[in-house]
Amino acid sequence: MRRYAYYPGCSLERNAAAYDDSFRAVAQVLGIELVEIDDWNCCGATEYFSLDLLPAYALVARNLALIPPDLSQVVAPCSACYYNMYKTDKNMALYPELARAVNEALAAGHLHYEPGRVRSRHALEVVVEDFTPEEIAAHVQNPLRGLRLAAYYGCVTVRPASRDDPEYPTRMERLLEALGATVVDYTLRANCCGGHMTQLDAETAYQMIYYLLSNVTRLEVDALVVACPMCQLNLDAYQGQVNAHFGSSFHIPILYFTQMMGLAFGIAPERLGFGQEMVSAEQVLEKWRNPPPEEEPAERRPRREKAGLPMPEPLGVGRG
Amino acid sequence: MPEEVSINPFLEEVMAIPGGERLKSCIQCGTCGGSCPCGEAMDHTPRELFAMILAGMREEVLKSNTFWFCVSCYYCTIRCPQEIPITDIMYRLKRLAIRAGYYTASITGFSETFVGQVETYGRSFELGLATGHYLRHHPLQSIRMSPLMLGMVTRGRLSLTPKRIQGIRPLRAILRRAKELGGAW
Repeated sequence: MRRYAYYPGCSLERNAAAYDDSFRAVAQVLGIELVEIDDWNCCGATEYFSLDLLPAYALVARNLALIPPDLSQVVAPCSACYYNMYKTDKNMALYPELARAVNEALAAGHLHYEPGRVRSRHALEVVVEDFTPEEIAAHVQNPLRGLRLAAYYGCVTVRPASRDDPEYPTRMERLLEALGATVVDYTLRANCCGGHMTQLDAETAYQMIYYLLSNVTRLEVDALVVACPMCQLNLDAYQGQVNAHFGSSFHIPILYFTQMMGLAFGIAPERLGFGQEMVSAEQVLEKWRNPPPEEEPAERRPRREKAGLPMPEPLGVGRG
Repeated sequence: MPEEVSINPFLEEVMAIPGGERLKSCIQCGTCGGSCPCGEAMDHTPRELFAMILAGMREEVLKSNTFWFCVSCYYCTIRCPQEIPITDIMYRLKRLAIRAGYYTASITGFSETFVGQVETYGRSFELGLATGHYLRHHPLQSIRMSPLMLGMVTRGRLSLTPKRIQGIRPLRAILRRAKELGGAW
């Protein structure tokens, strides 16, 4: 049993409950014990840093300080939460004057955080780094055979802190392949979903979402698989707005990688939050329930016809 | 070496965050602007803005919309050959612009509503956030947004009441103290 402190974050309480339910269900299968941080607070997302720097760090540091001393790792499924914790810990370690100020603020709530004590990790990172593809595949009961999926990482899942390639990540692809799915290759997988731009300038945000969805539509995928509640919200909930705005007719279900893992692990879709998505994933489930018949491996055509012209042989390598 | 005298107090001001001094080393290559997903909407590309900071154009810089269009995607940060923490500089410029009073409420209002909730409840409250922000700053758009909101509510994805954490008092004390201590940042 592996034990991690667990920071669900505000989105996973409601809007992304499907992510929370499916991650907890999958963690149970993998033998991960998640110890939720007691009375955690919001991480401030990308908003607090825009207004006030030290309170933004102190807000995140309170959560880190609340992690029980016997736990040295915290896992967050939300990319913004994960990166805020990572950044706070790293910058406190790097800049002693920042650490001093943050701890002076924390002292007002009788707390203290020693930078370096807790390693912050994204849920995707834990799944792909702490488990080999073989270990994941060993839990697969209903392979995602016949499902054509695109992995979408967005920004802070891979930038600037992940050990995966920050521009061309591949770990989610390898995970989905281990689950039996067919994965497409495309370059926009780590582009931005628009973040909070839907609230500031809808036109700009819709363009970013349109760009992504139109690219993915051409790949004829059954679903786009994400690892962040912000990406899910923008691409799923705003898909209808984008269609209305551009006269497009996108219909791409946006699902969490943990939901796909759960399906493959044989967990009932209802326990994985299916049905909460705005763009229905019913077709995905339908295809998963009735996988296409296994294809006979095509007969290999000989590379060169025996009766063809003779090819030159390399010197000195005679046929024995 | 003679003591350094700052001839560009604005540059010093922008750089006064942990790691910010690398801004001085900008070589104007333009990788940041070329990498930016929102570059088109900005009145100055990040490269241009950095040239303006290096030229000490405080008011023009702080009145620019550039940093408000930063979505914190960190493409520029990882690609910058001079390793300038560009995203953090953008956050810095947002804070300086707010302090200088150069901003429009429809842009900063979202951050303010969000932070207000965190300070009141300790957690963010998406329904209150979205409706409050739209009604106040984009009343016409809020009509177009209503099917989205309704869909989210019927799928149980928006809570109707905010949730307050137990330790809201100590959290407020921490944030109050942090504000006193971190004034210059």
